[in-house]
Order: sequence, then C-alpha cells, then structure tokens
Amino acid sequence: MTETEQPPRTRQDFENTLDQSDKRVASFESKHSGFMDRAQHFLHGNPTMVPVIVLMISLLIFGVIANNFFSAFNLSLIMQQVSIIGMLAAAQSLVIITAGIDLSVAAIMVLCSVVAGKLAVELGVPSIIALPMSFILGAACGWLNGFLITRIKLPPFITTLGTWNVFYALILYFSGAQSIRGADIDANAPFLKFFGNSIPIGGAQITYGSILMVLIFVVLWFMLNKTAWGRHVYAVGDDKDAAELAGIQTNKVLLSVYVLAGLICAIAGWASIGRVGSISPQSFYEGNLNSITAVVIGGISLFGGRGSIMGALFGALIVGVFQSGLRLAGVDVLWQVFATGWLIILAVAIDQWIRKVSA
Amino acid sequence: MSTPVLKARGLVKRYGRVTALDHADFDLYPGEILAVIGDNGAGKSSLIKAISGAVQPDEGVIELDGKPVQFGSPMEGRQAGIETVYQNLALSPALSIADNMFMGREIRKEGFAGKWLKQLDQAQMRKIAREKLSELGLMTIQNIDQPVETLSGGQRQGVAVARAAAFGSKVVILDEPTAALGVKESRKVLELILDVKSRGLPIVLISHNMPHVFEVADRIHVHRLGRRHAVIRPGDYTMSDAVAFMTGAKDPPPDNEAA
Repeated sequence: MTETEQPPRTRQDFENTLDQSDKRVASFESKHSGFMDRAQHFLHGNPTMVPVIVLMISLLIFGVIANNFFSAFNLSLIMQQVSIIGMLAAAQSLVIITAGIDLSVAAIMVLCSVVAGKLAVELGVPSIIALPMSFILGAACGWLNGFLITRIKLPPFITTLGTWNVFYALILYFSGAQSIRGADIDANAPFLKFFGNSIPIGGAQITYGSILMVLIFVVLWFMLNKTAWGRHVYAVGDDKDAAELAGIQTNKVLLSVYVLAGLICAIAGWASIGRVGSISPQSFYEGNLNSITAVVIGGISLFGGRGSIMGALFGALIVGVFQSGLRLAGVDVLWQVFATGWLIILAVAIDQWIRKVSA
Repeated sequence: MSTPVLKARGLVKRYGRVTALDHADFDLYPGEILAVIGDNGAGKSSLIKAISGAVQPDEGVIELDGKPVQFGSPMEGRQAGIETVYQNLALSPALSIADNMFMGREIRKEGFAGKWLKQLDQAQMRKIAREKLSELGLMTIQNIDQPVETLSGGQRQGVAVARAAAFGSKVVILDEPTAALGVKESRKVLELILDVKSRGLPIVLISHNMPHVFEVADRIHVHRLGRRHAVIRPGDYTMSDAVAFMTGAKDPPPDNEAA
C-alpha cells in the first residue's frame, strides 16, 4: 500500500478548537481539598486502615475504662477467643472477595471436627490419619459449594444456605447428637487437642491456635497479593465478565476459592477441638454469621473485589476487644451484642462512603 | 496486494433460526486499518467474535498468515496474536493499571520465589506497563498502581488499547473504541490507533462513527445481512455513499474488492 492511496487525514471542523484546549488527557494530578476528601482517598487506597484505626481507638478506650484490660493475660485471652472465628473469617474473606458468601463455613468446621473425633476417639483411627481425612472432607464440602455455584449456576447465598442445612444434618448423623467428652479425647487421641497447647510468655498464654490463625492470614495475604491466582480472585470478584474477557478461567478460580475455604474450615475444626476441649455438635452454631461480621467490620466489601484479607483479622480482633472490654467494664452481655450490631452497620456505611470516591 | 494477515471465507454462524453470519468473507492486510461498518444486526459483532475466537463459526475457514486456524476460546485467539479491545474494555475497576495490563499473563519471579511460592515479579510488571503506556504517549500516567476506576473514560480506553498493542503480535481488534467518549478523548484514542498502526500492527476498527471511520481507515468493510456487502476506500466514496451501501439503498460498486 503506497502513501498516495491514503485518504486525506482531515479532522472534523468542530475539532479544530481542540488545539487551544487543555492537552493533559492522561494527567493524574489530584486536586483534593479538605480533610474529608483526603481521608476518603487515603482509605480508598488503603482499605485496611479503617479497621486498624478502629482497633487502635477501641484498645485505647477500653485500656482507660476497663481494669486489667491491658494485662498480657487478657490480650492473649482475646487472641484465643477470636482464633476460631478468625480462621472462619479468613475462609469467609476469600469467598466474599469473589463477591460470593459462604453461610456454611461453621457447619463445615464442626462437621470436620465431629468426623475427626468419631474416627480418632471412637473408632481408634490414629489421629495422624483421621485429621487428613477430615481435611479432605472439608475440601470436598467446599468443592460441593463451588460445583453448585459454578456449574449449576446457583447464587452463592442460596447454595450455601442449603449446604449449611445439609452439613448440619450430617453433623447430627455422625455425632448422634452426642458430644465427645474432653476426657475421652485425652485418653484416646490427645493429638486432636494439639492447638489447645500454649506458650507462656510473661503473663500471656499464647495458644498454638492463636499462632495458627495468624499464620493462616499471613499465607492467604501472600497468596492474594503476590501470586497470579490472588490477582485473579480479585478480578473475578470485581467484574466477572471483564475477567472472563481478559482470559481468566473464572469458574476454575471460583471453584478453587470454595475448595480452599472448605480446607481452611477443616483446619479450624481441628483447632476448635483444642480451643473448646471437647467436640460438640452444637458448638459454633452462630459461627457463620460471626465470620461474616468479622469480614465486614474488617472493611472487605460484600460486593466483592475490594478489601484486604488482613482486614478480616483486625475485624475479628475488634469484635474480641469490644466483648472483652465491655465485659471487664462490667457491662451486661446484651450491650456487647448491641455494640457489635452497630459496629457492623458503621463498617458497611464507611465502605459505601469510601466506594463513592471520585477521580 | 500481499497476502492477508487474517482471512476468512464462507463463515456461517447460526443462533437457532437466526443466521448471524451468512457465508461472510473477511480480509485484513498487513499494516492497514480496516474499518468494519454495518447496521445494527448486520452481524458485525458475530464476525469479530468469530475471528477473535469468542464464538466458533458453524462453517467456513479462517486463516492467519495463510495458515488455517481454529480458536476454541478468546484465550486461544490471543495466544495466536489476536488482541481484542471489547466495548466494555474488560478491565477490573478496583485493580491497578499494572495488574490490569498483565491480567491473565502475569510474570513470575525467577528462582525459588517464583517457582515454588509462585510469587509475581511486580516490579518488572510495573516497569513494562509504564514503558508500554509511555510508548503510546500516555506517559503522564505517574502512578501505575492507581486503580483503573479512578481514571477517566479516555484513560481507561488508553489502558485497554495499550494492553492490546503491547501483547497483540498479529492483529488488534477495537470494538467501538470511541462510542462512549467525548470529543477530546475520541481524538486522543484516534491518535492512539494511528500510533499503533505506525508500529506495523494491522487494526480492525468497528465503529458507527462515520467521520472517525473515514478519517483513520485505509479500507472500509461494509457488512450487510450477515455477509460482506462491499469493500470501499474512503477516498473514493463519501460518507453518504457508505451509509447507502450499509443500508442497502445503493448496490455495491462494480469494482468491489469483495467480489
């Protein structure tokens, strides 16, 4: 093709005034004015700072008003108390980042602990075999959720509402609605209580379970932020169709998220035996909603694609700090629940405000 | 003329009783900008989807550089060097510019961290993303970690075009790139298109905007009723002629290249 064949490159008349116009098409100067504007932009870029700030402020307030709040023992106790919900919140965060929700996390956890207990304590299977079997069960439960959501195309909310009931029925079936007593676990399979052990540091009692929770968050943070898989998880939650067009196998990513969430729940099931000391089919019945509470307070958007997994850790700690602080301050338990409720609403309101940030 | 980079013959695509493509032909030559115009429902989108791999034609052959190809998915088309910028851009709003540019083809670190921990080489990806944007004159972008949602429409289009130009080795397809943009931003995108062309990449431009088509296109493919109706050169015909061919008000010219 020669140059003479080219059609005349003429601009349209109405575009001629463009010469005098502002040429900065892709400039990125920000013209934020005012403190609130800056705060909004800062939080938009660093969504985890909201729960961090709330955590710091609540620590300060309860440190002043509640006796012994800042004792090493009390702080390590808060860690112990939030460890199980924290692990569930880690699994929940993964799912919520994909714009899904998993109402079955606690049911998977209890099911896995019940099955591990049944195998190890009652049937005499060595713990070293019973526990991996419970992990496989947890991953399989997560796979079922993921399969129904990606292949049968059911909404995550309905799917996991259904499987929550299914898993709960299985819990009752395997346990016979009976708890396994702590004494029996100690006698037959003490390894199940491994995460109840603790390291005394000063007055603090750091349980292995608390350490495991932090470890799970650190590993997930790395996976979400430093690997391609993690970027794809965010992209799927952000805009599934766009991710698909960009070449991401979105259903594969979603399935992997639900399987991983199920596996984390199974690990939390093991840790919960150490934390509770026995295996009860009735335990953690509110765990599903508590995990969502921690995630939401942690600033992870329920609409998907936004927020850092570390937020869920801080969210779980905030709930723990509030409950501990209010208890030490002698406040009735009903006001602890009251405060948690308002925390959730406040967290979602802040999330909405941050999302309104404009360029 | 040389061999077409991308050539299709007799493409047929049916959706139930609707025939979206009815033995459509298509030719794209090296280094040119080929505009594809047509009425709503003429089958432009189906044509583009068929050659980019997003849909699989029921009949017909597609040749890339003279070799027959069959794409089972957009990913396969992309691996063969055909990059498509979709109308909705396929960007993830909350992710950064760099993340978006490398979505689906991330670079891992070398050695242990990359092989076993699968850690990404984010520094490298940022560097390349910045280079690619600078090449296309979008160098005023300073913060490559800025979320895409904080960019204007034209800037987003720029990121999407830069992504396609950076990774498309054979063909870049642009679907209505100026449809949602203002006057100034459209101008910038048209300049971007000419810039990509000057680097030797052939471009398929789908557009309803006649002035834009007549300004940048070397040839215009008029699609009508599921097939190639005419191919004209913008210098030889007026915009009203093109609209007449497109709507069937006028028969295709006898010297039609499509014949």
